[in-house]
Amino acid sequence: MYVTDKILPELPAPSNSKGVVHWLKSNLFSSPVNIVFTFLGLLLLYKTLPPIIQWAFIDATWVADTREECLGEGKGACWAYIGNRFGQVMYGFYPPAEYWRPNIAGILLIALTIPLFIEKMPRKVWLGAFILLVFPFIAYYLIHGGFLGLSEVGTDKWGGLMLTLIISLVGIAAALPLGIILALGRRSEMPIIKSVCVIFIEFWRGVPLISVLFMASVMLPLFLPEGSSFDKLARAMIGIILFQAAYVAEVVRGGLQAIPKGQYEAAVAMGLSYWKSMTLIILPQALKLVIPGLVNTFIALFKDTTLVLIIGLFDLLAIIENVLGSDSSWLGFFTEGLVFAAFVFWIFCFAMSRYSMALERKLDTGHRN
Amino acid sequence: MTEHNGDLKPSKPPIWNDPKYRALFFQVLLMAGLGYFFYSIVQTTLGNMEKQHISTGFGFLSEKAGFDILQTLIPYSSDSSYGHTFYVGILNTLLVSILGIFLASILGFIIGVARLSNNWLLSKIATVYIETFRNIPLLIQIFFWYIVVLRAMPSARDSLSLFDSFFLNVRGLYLPAPITESSFIYTTITVVIALIAIFIFKRWAQKRQEATGEQLPVFLISLAVLTLPALLVFFATGSPLVWEIPELKGFNFQGGITIIPELFALLIALTIYTAAFIAEIVRSGIKAVNHGQTEAALSVGLTPTQNLRLVVIPQALRVIIPPMTSQYLNLLKNSSLATAIGYPDLVSVFMGTTLNQTGQAIEIVAMTMAVYLVLSLLISLFMNWYNAKMALIER
Repeated sequence: MYVTDKILPELPAPSNSKGVVHWLKSNLFSSPVNIVFTFLGLLLLYKTLPPIIQWAFIDATWVADTREECLGEGKGACWAYIGNRFGQVMYGFYPPAEYWRPNIAGILLIALTIPLFIEKMPRKVWLGAFILLVFPFIAYYLIHGGFLGLSEVGTDKWGGLMLTLIISLVGIAAALPLGIILALGRRSEMPIIKSVCVIFIEFWRGVPLISVLFMASVMLPLFLPEGSSFDKLARAMIGIILFQAAYVAEVVRGGLQAIPKGQYEAAVAMGLSYWKSMTLIILPQALKLVIPGLVNTFIALFKDTTLVLIIGLFDLLAIIENVLGSDSSWLGFFTEGLVFAAFVFWIFCFAMSRYSMALERKLDTGHRN
Repeated sequence: MTEHNGDLKPSKPPIWNDPKYRALFFQVLLMAGLGYFFYSIVQTTLGNMEKQHISTGFGFLSEKAGFDILQTLIPYSSDSSYGHTFYVGILNTLLVSILGIFLASILGFIIGVARLSNNWLLSKIATVYIETFRNIPLLIQIFFWYIVVLRAMPSARDSLSLFDSFFLNVRGLYLPAPITESSFIYTTITVVIALIAIFIFKRWAQKRQEATGEQLPVFLISLAVLTLPALLVFFATGSPLVWEIPELKGFNFQGGITIIPELFALLIALTIYTAAFIAEIVRSGIKAVNHGQTEAALSVGLTPTQNLRLVVIPQALRVIIPPMTSQYLNLLKNSSLATAIGYPDLVSVFMGTTLNQTGQAIEIVAMTMAVYLVLSLLISLFMNWYNAKMALIER
């Protein structure tokens, strides 16, 4: 009997199951239909990509001081226009000498938020509470000013990306607690509290944000006693917060429903009161579950902030559409402005959606039901 | 033994600790609070309106509107009443929403399937499409199509044309319009009868298959029943249908169907934006069907097409329908962005122009919101009914 005592060396894979040719064959040319699709796809790319790259990069003007330098035969995008108006795009009509104030507020917020993403960071809850409850006042003092030595900059001067960020951040921060209360109310056993919450949630979810903004800007002043007036931004904020709270409430309700009944029963069996069992047992688990959903609602809110241009606030898009569009020294570069705005929004939304997907994967412990 | 029973009853808690009374107390408190809130709002509002001389009530609906509307589906002129404006707005909203839902579903389905394709290039293109369009605010996309693309179209004289019957220029999209003569009614009747016949035939074929196991080529027979008699009648009655092709007269096109650029831009933007979301829903729905189902279907001898039609899609639809409903609702609500480019939808003509002219904010905002709430409710009811129809019938 012949028994080999050597292990045969591994042979390289046959040439038809590896390498570029194999990859092409199995991924692009596996069947006649696939071949057709591949060529259609290539045709599409050939028709769209080169002109876009040509316009946006190769022929683009990156640095220029006047409009005329961007014009002419064979000139592509005029990014210099954005560069020249960068201050307005970022801060609206905020006085340039005071740009450092929103800058400090922004840096402070980023510095405070970073530790929240570090795992095993102690006292995260306190830090979160500080950001939600104390930081807004610091930021308001810095950006609005008007007391303690800082000159006042009214909200009518706020604009640009700064305003977009303020509206969406304040919107989500204020909508979160309201939404949690609404979600708890919707799951309450008291019929009146439950129906009030259901009506509130379904009403705001059933109407478009534009009508809410219209309502906030034309109806709200009628509701208030004479003399007490909110400025335009505050009115829009109230509308956005109520609108957003309804969406947050539905996301949180999903989390509350996902908590097994045993958790509720155990909390009651321990003798905890309703609020104690919610804040100590149920909500910490439920909120952790719904973070990806909350990030998604935040993305939707972030995109929806562009609608404030319809009631005359100057967010990033409105600055580009109304202010820069009618600026006679840089007329005719609307496309560039729009593409720039789209790019900024895209970066923010794409990053957040990736973050939410990563979280979802991390939180998915594998044992469902 | 029996005498202890009385003592073992738990002592009654004091009234402020009894859950029943506490619940009652909190609810009464909430009602009182809400009641006071609404009462004070109504009082201040009435006071404010009296001081600003704003009239109340719905009397304004019969007043003359005095402005023209770009696109009307029912007869309308500047002599018509504000009530008429309201209907025109609703119809325009419905038009763009229904077209948008229809187109976005088709495009979304194609993109969603393309993303699952085993063709690498195709699936990457679909991914890029989805990630690009759903992460850019809809308003920016509407501006892009309206201002950047459609304003850059050539003038009427140098329109882009397809087969010399479809024209696209800066004034809009021009399509041929079908014009029917009176004898076209016979063709219509034939089609209706054929549809009824197909419906009955399908039920019969289903029963027959359940009883005998034999399959009929249902699709081919249905197609033949639908088309052949209709064509026969159509030509027998002397082809009573002509296409009215838009023609360049003077500075603009006359005849045919005109799609104004506002509608065109809004429709493209809504379709492309919503399709990106629908594609993701379709993809997750198809992926949710266990691969074992496909393997089982193929091993009992179904063809790949039958597998898709009879096994995968019916199961995927159950996952797809609920999120699809909310996308349809989103599309309806997003159609109100029409205001930004001046497409005359409900928000634009009623909450915009009419509100500016009459100043009756409360009535107008309430009516507009009521329309959206009712439409949302109708879409959810329909989709719930469809969902219940598609749901797994469990024994």
